[in-house]
Amino acid sequence: MSLTNQRPAAGFFARDRGWQPEALTPQYKTSVARSPSRALLTMPQTLSEVTGPVFGHNMLGPLDNDLTLNFAKPGESAIGPRIIVYGRVLDEAGRGVPNALVEFWQANAGGRYRHKKESYIAPLDPNFGGCGRCITAEDGSYEFRSILPGPYPWPNRGNDWRPAHIHFSIFGQGFAQRLITQMYFEGDPLIWKCPIVDVVPHREGIESLIAALDMESTVPMDARAYKFDIVLRGRRSTLFENRLEGN
Amino acid sequence: MQSLYRLKESPSQTAGPYVHIGCVPNFCGIGGVYEEDLGTSMVNEKTKGERIKVSGTVYDGTGTPLKDALIEIWQADADGLYPSPEETRGTADPNFTGFGRKAGDYQTGEWVFETVKPGAVPFPDGRMMAPHITLWIVARGINIGLQTRMYFPDEAEANAKDPILTRIEHQNRVPTLIAEKTGDGAYRFDIYLQGENETVFFDI
Repeated sequence: MSLTNQRPAAGFFARDRGWQPEALTPQYKTSVARSPSRALLTMPQTLSEVTGPVFGHNMLGPLDNDLTLNFAKPGESAIGPRIIVYGRVLDEAGRGVPNALVEFWQANAGGRYRHKKESYIAPLDPNFGGCGRCITAEDGSYEFRSILPGPYPWPNRGNDWRPAHIHFSIFGQGFAQRLITQMYFEGDPLIWKCPIVDVVPHREGIESLIAALDMESTVPMDARAYKFDIVLRGRRSTLFENRLEGN
Repeated sequence: MQSLYRLKESPSQTAGPYVHIGCVPNFCGIGGVYEEDLGTSMVNEKTKGERIKVSGTVYDGTGTPLKDALIEIWQADADGLYPSPEETRGTADPNFTGFGRKAGDYQTGEWVFETVKPGAVPFPDGRMMAPHITLWIVARGINIGLQTRMYFPDEAEANAKDPILTRIEHQNRVPTLIAEKTGDGAYRFDIYLQGENETVFFDI
């Protein structure tokens, strides 16, 4: 064993597993056979977890954050209520997370996904693909344009419908911050009937996934704005290492 | 007393059955939006190190393959350096991304990564960890991404001293983290979500 006096890499705050969904949530039936039955093994964070891929802004195409146009034929655009979704990616200490890749995907205005395994009778929109991405600015901010997705029925219990939602995938600075979640819309009554929403154990947790309608940021005669902040795991700084301001 | 003013992490939600639309759109037939799906190519002709192929399938508690899982991997380069801004020990191979992302095949559920064998990386106390690949698994029915590691069967000596493998109380579960060698530079790493031979998943 070669012990050194190197400073350990600064780790992330422990994940609050009581705040996050359990693996086994029988009201969401697919989780029954897809949930580990043994306890997770707690391990110290190493370089393998505190590092992670960081993507450059040069990977983005000019329409990557505009779902109304990025799959549309020239001169056309997707059908549905036009929206802007904006917010910040923050860590638990409240700091903006810069250069975070945020990917999102969603159904069209009628609740239909462009996917070969999807068989819902609502039609596809020929001008809507349903995927987009962006990278956060220095202050952690991001934004994209889309159309309001529709609710859709799914085979779980006899009559389950997903609320309107947008899926989000976020890369922070370390692989331990990797997160996939879903954003819901203020005022949707389906939120409180959904067995997938219901896996989140605390009501405040569910509220944190509901985007607020923001009339001040709404562009008149164009698109309504929704604000959605995303929080990734916080990080301890190693004092004096690279953040002189400390934590 | 002062407040700590901490926020809570956003709750995770399942990636759902249509995760492909957002994460691998070209794979699911949504062409023309992105040039290439993110994480498709990890290496190029100049990448240093031994080329390897890692394949596997994720199985549910009934033994059925998941045909809608998305697997991401993160690993060091051949010299054990991470291509990350957080890497302070040197500069990683500029021709290696360290990050891969693959969806399971729609019919069989199998996924395949073309990469290089990673070098050893130190544990926080300076001991070396055995070469390993970190995996993150999401799918319909998985409420929060599952984290595990793949180790190499031809690194028995290093595995026997690995600071993570040796701390597992139930040593009979260690083999679930060790891939099977199926050919020259070819490894198979099947993942069992639940039941007999359940893969060890980590809370990191």
